[in-house]
Amino acid sequence: MTQPLLSVAGVTKRFPGVLALNDVTFDLRPGEVHALVGENGAGKSTLIKVLTGAYRADAGTVSFEGRPITFRHPREAQALGIAVIYQEFNLLPDRTVAENIYLGREPTRWGLLSRRQMERDTASVLAELGVDDIITPRAPVRSLTVAQQQLVEIAKAVSFQPRVLVMDEPTSALTEREADLLFGLVRRLQSRGLAVVYISHRLPEVFDLATRISVLKDGQLVGTLDPAKTSKDAVVQMMVGREIEHYYPAKAAAQEIGQTILSVRDGGNGRIHDIGLSVRAGEIVGIAGLQGSGRYALARALFGVDPLTRGSTEFLGRPLRITGPRQALDAGIAFLTEDRKRDGLTLMQPVADNCLLTVRALRPILAALRPARDADRLSGLWRQVDIRAAGPQVEVGSLSGGNQQKVVLARLLARKPRLLICAEPTRGIDVSAKAAIHGLLRDIARAGAGVLMVSSELPEVIGSSDRILVMRGGTIAGELPAGSSEAAVMQLATGTAAAA
Amino acid sequence: MTINTHRPARLLDTTTSAVFMILFAVLVTAVVLVEVFGRGGFLTGEILSNVVQRSVALGIVAIGQTFTILIGSLDLSVAYVISLSAVMASFIMQGDPAMIVPAVLAVLAIGLCVGVVNGLIITRLQVNPLIATLGTGFIIQGVLSASFQNFAGSVPESFQALAYGHVGGVPAPIVLWAGLIAVAIFVLRYTTFGAHIYAVGGNAETARLSGIRTERVVIGAHVTASVSASLTGLYLASRLGAGAPWIGPEGVYGLESIAAVVIGGTILAGGRGGVAGTVAGVLIFGLLDSMFNQMGIDAFLKQVLRGLIIIAAVASYSIRSADRAA
Repeated sequence: MTQPLLSVAGVTKRFPGVLALNDVTFDLRPGEVHALVGENGAGKSTLIKVLTGAYRADAGTVSFEGRPITFRHPREAQALGIAVIYQEFNLLPDRTVAENIYLGREPTRWGLLSRRQMERDTASVLAELGVDDIITPRAPVRSLTVAQQQLVEIAKAVSFQPRVLVMDEPTSALTEREADLLFGLVRRLQSRGLAVVYISHRLPEVFDLATRISVLKDGQLVGTLDPAKTSKDAVVQMMVGREIEHYYPAKAAAQEIGQTILSVRDGGNGRIHDIGLSVRAGEIVGIAGLQGSGRYALARALFGVDPLTRGSTEFLGRPLRITGPRQALDAGIAFLTEDRKRDGLTLMQPVADNCLLTVRALRPILAALRPARDADRLSGLWRQVDIRAAGPQVEVGSLSGGNQQKVVLARLLARKPRLLICAEPTRGIDVSAKAAIHGLLRDIARAGAGVLMVSSELPEVIGSSDRILVMRGGTIAGELPAGSSEAAVMQLATGTAAAA
Repeated sequence: MTINTHRPARLLDTTTSAVFMILFAVLVTAVVLVEVFGRGGFLTGEILSNVVQRSVALGIVAIGQTFTILIGSLDLSVAYVISLSAVMASFIMQGDPAMIVPAVLAVLAIGLCVGVVNGLIITRLQVNPLIATLGTGFIIQGVLSASFQNFAGSVPESFQALAYGHVGGVPAPIVLWAGLIAVAIFVLRYTTFGAHIYAVGGNAETARLSGIRTERVVIGAHVTASVSASLTGLYLASRLGAGAPWIGPEGVYGLESIAAVVIGGTILAGGRGGVAGTVAGVLIFGLLDSMFNQMGIDAFLKQVLRGLIIIAAVASYSIRSADRAA
C-alpha cells in the first residue's frame, strides 16, 4: 500500500455548542479519488478546513507525507500543494480568465505586469485540461456559463500544480453533460498521481469516480468503504443512520386530480417559445431539461418575473395575463427560485420576518403589523413545514440549507397558493431534508394545489412527478408519464430520438 | 406552541447595545476630562440638556438618513434640503405669524418632492444613490445660491418657540426630537412599511419576488429622509431667526448624518440597524462637541477625534460580527 500523502488522525474540532469533528481519522493516497459523503452538518466542510489549514484542530494530528504539520495560515497548505475548489465560486466576474487564474501572483517583467506571459501560461493550463477550445484566456468571466466558470476554478487550482485537490460539490451547478466533462478531467488528474478529495451529494457520481468512500455522520467517521463492495443504499443508510424506504411519496391517484389550475397556449417571450401546458389541482408536474433549455425561463415567465409576451394563459378558468410577481402572488401563484440565497431569503434577518415577507408585502403599505395574528400564522407554518431552528428570531443565514429551504416554503405557503412553481426545491440540502420537502410538495398537491417542479436532478423529477414535461431549445419537447426512465427523459432532452 | 414574531425580546440587539456602551464611555471620559482639565461640573442637568439641544438638528435629519441607509441607499442631498427649507420658511413667513402654517406646509411639500425625485432617479433611472443625491443636492444649492445671498426674510417670534420654548418644563427641541424618534421607531417596528424597509435592505430581489413593490419602498425611504431634512431646516430657521443658503452645507449635515447612522450600528449595505443606535451616534457627537467646548480645545482636534471614533466604532462592530459568524 502506498504511503498516504495527507492524513489526519484523531482530529477533534469543537465550536461553541457543537462538536463538529469527533476523533476523525482519514487519509489520502496519491492517485486516488477519495469521496467524502454525509448529510449537511455532518462535518465534511470542517474536515476540509482542517485539512487545508483554514481551521486548527483542537486535538489530533495532521500529517503530510508522514510528517506531522501545523498550518498557521491557508497559504502554508497551498505551498505544500493542497488546493481547494469551494462550492461557491471565488471569481471576479469583470476580470478575464487569465487575470482570475493568476490573481495575486501575476507574472511580472521588469517590475511591470506581463499580460502576455499571464495569457500564455493560462492557455497552457487550459490546454492541459483539454478545455482550451471552449475557454479563452481573454474572455471575461461574466461571459462564461456556470459550467465554464467551474472549469476556470479548476484551472486555477491546477495552475498551482497541486498534489492534493479538494473539490466541494463540484457538480451542483452543472448539467449532466458538463459533469461528464468534469469527470474526465478528474480521472486525468488522478492518473497523473494527484490525490483528490471529492465531496458530493450525488451518490451515482461518487460511485463512478471514487476509489474509496468515507462516510461522516454527526462529526464522526462512520466508515471508509470500497465502492466495488458496497451499494448506494448501504451508503445512504450509513449517512442517515436509518433505512429510507419511501424516499419519494406515492404519486397522485386518478381521483385526486381535479380541475385545471393553469393552462398556457402558444406562450413565449425572448427566451422560450410555443409553450403549451396545463397543471391540474392535485398533481405535481415535473419539468426536466438541460441547462439552457429554458426550464428556468419558463418558471420565471409563469410567475411574471420575465413575463410571457405571446400566447394566452388561463388561471382558475379565467384568462389572466401575468405581468409581474406581485400580481402573480395576488392571483395565487407562488414561486420558489432556484437559488434561495440569491433571491429567496433575506439571510441576515430572522426566520419570522422571512416567513411573513409575502403576507406583509400584500398588505397596504401603511398598515400596522399585527403581532398576534402573525404569531398564529407563523406557528401554523412552522408546524406545517417543520422548521428546525432555535426560535423565530434566529437569523435565517445561520440555518442549514434544508431549513432555509423550509423557510422559503413557509413564506410561499403563508398565502395558500393555488399553483406552486418550484425550481430546484432540494438543491444543496441533505438527504433527510430532501425527503421532507418531497413529502411537503406532495401534501401541497393533495390539499388541492397544482405543483410545477423544475429540477436538474432527473431522479427527483422522475421520483416525484405525476407527469414530466421535457424542455429542449426553449420549448416543450414532449411529455412523459410518471415513472419514465432516465433514458427516456434524456432522449427527449437531448433530441437524440423522436419525441414520444 | 405560541411564537413571538416580534423582534425585541431584548430591547436592543448586540450592536446597538455596543453603541450605547460607547456613548456611556464617551460620557464618562467627558466628565472626567472636564473635571480635571476644564471648569468641571459637566454632569449637571443644564449642560446635559444643552448637549441634547445642540444635537437636535443633526438628530432629526439622521432619523431620516437611517431609513435610506437601511434600504442600502443614502442621501447626500439632505444638507441642501435643510438650506432650502430654512430659507423658504423664513422667506414665506416674513415675520408674519399668520404665515407659519402655510410656510410649514410648503416646506414639508418641498421635502416630499425632493424625496420623490431622489427615489425616482434611483429606481427608474437606475442612478447610484450617491450620485443621484449629490446631483439633486448641487441643483438645489445652485438654484438657492442664485436666488438668495444671505438671510432671507425672518420667522416671527412665535415660531422661535420651537427652538427656545418649553413644553411642560422640557425644552421644546428635545420634545420635538423625542417625538420624531418615537414615531420612527414605531414605523420601523410596527408597520408594514418598516418590515418592507428591512426586507428591501436585506435582499432587494427576494423582496421583489415576495411581492413587495420595492420601488415604492425606496421612494418612501427617500421621502422620509428629505422630509426629516425639511424638519431640520424648519428647526434651524426657528433657532437662527431666519434661513440662509449656507446653513446646510456649513453644518456638513449630509456626511455627518451618515456618520451618525453608521456609528449607531446600521450597516451601510442595509437591512440591519435602527433608529435607537442612530440617536446614540448623534449624542456621541454632541458630547464630544460639548466636552471640547468646555475644555476650550481647538475645533480641529475635535474633527480628528470624531474621525477616530467613527473608524473605531465601525471596526469594533465588524470584528464582533465576524467573531459571531466563525
